[in-house]
Amino acid sequence: MRGIIVALVAGAAAVGAAPLALAHAFLDHASPAVGSSVPASPPVVTLWFTQDLEPAFSGVTVTNEAGQRVDLGNVQIPPGSPAELQIGLKPLPPGTYLVSWHVVSVDTHPTEGTFTFEVGRG
Amino acid sequence: MNAIRPGAAVAAAVILLSTNSAALAHGFAGQRFFPATILTDDPFVADEMSIPQVTVNPPTPDGSRETDIDIDLSKRITPDTDVIIGDSWQRLKPTGLPAVTGLGALHTGAQYQLFVNGPHEALGLVGLNVTWAHTGRVQALGAPDFTTLSPTFDFGKGLGDLPRWLPYLRPFAITGNLGFDFPTKTESAGVPNPTDFNYGFAFEYSFPYLQCCVKDIGLREPFNRLIPLVEVAFTTPINRVPATQTIGTIQPGVIWAGQYFQIGAEAILPVNHFTGHGYGGVVQFHIYLDDLFPRSIGRPISEWW
Repeated sequence: MRGIIVALVAGAAAVGAAPLALAHAFLDHASPAVGSSVPASPPVVTLWFTQDLEPAFSGVTVTNEAGQRVDLGNVQIPPGSPAELQIGLKPLPPGTYLVSWHVVSVDTHPTEGTFTFEVGRG
Repeated sequence: MNAIRPGAAVAAAVILLSTNSAALAHGFAGQRFFPATILTDDPFVADEMSIPQVTVNPPTPDGSRETDIDIDLSKRITPDTDVIIGDSWQRLKPTGLPAVTGLGALHTGAQYQLFVNGPHEALGLVGLNVTWAHTGRVQALGAPDFTTLSPTFDFGKGLGDLPRWLPYLRPFAITGNLGFDFPTKTESAGVPNPTDFNYGFAFEYSFPYLQCCVKDIGLREPFNRLIPLVEVAFTTPINRVPATQTIGTIQPGVIWAGQYFQIGAEAILPVNHFTGHGYGGVVQFHIYLDDLFPRSIGRPISEWW
């Protein structure tokens, strides 16, 4: 029993003693929102993550229903917002669009994902 | 403006390629995150630790009741292999008798990640677990006086590859394990030790997946990290005793998966009178070593130097 208590205390201490720890970056929310419908073409797609990102290894594309790129290719992490990823869009006609992202958090953990949003059908 | 430039990408590529395997720790397949489940084995190698898992089991058919406090550690040796070790402190309260306490049997294992298929959110793993003889209180708690070898196949499959016109089914996932227990003694104190077939499944609905990849329905902390699930597990003897003596439990519950740890809680319901009666419960605190210590003990041992 004493060993178990020591292990519990050590475990709790390990969690508490890792304030500088980093982790996988999950998508927290996006604009346009995941699965949403917006009335008009948005100028940009913005993704907010749960961890700071490694700029050189993080990217996002937006494609239409035919699989053609409709983004401007100008992926950026805005200054002062290291957990945010943004890309500009061409003017979008009504339709469904697929956002595909892949990011690497600053401790090298990669994550990826996709979601859709609709323009002019809401 | 932090524009992403090709030169920076090349430099970062060198860094990332040298550290890449740190990335694939715990249960990811594409955009699917699989939490560590409580009852069924996980289909992925990992740097993770359960400290502790507390189980209050349902009363057994003879009325005795057992409480377990388990500690388990998974540690990657290479990016695709890991070893596991665990033990439990047990309290057994027979009907009308004083409670007895002590350690259960030590169990260890070695696992290999067979495949990870990102687009189809599928995982497969094989492992060999060993429960060691005479490492627990044999007479008082019924810990085994024989070693058991248990080969297993564990799998996971997310439904994210369903058509997008079935949006609310896509957060579903299933994990499971199939395995055998081969005892190294055919009987102990006159009681037969059967070879067992073990099979278990976890049916999960991931709110994190719903939020990130299907539709943002406005869930925020802590609800956007909840994963309701139902786990079932059965053990059927295939020799030495009647196969009708299948035992098992059904365990509905929920897991909250954070950045560095997860917390899970489940009810325990026996499937038949061979298993027990009434109900029990289990809670688990589980930490992700690869996220807490990404540059040291959270990395595979093969990359420590």
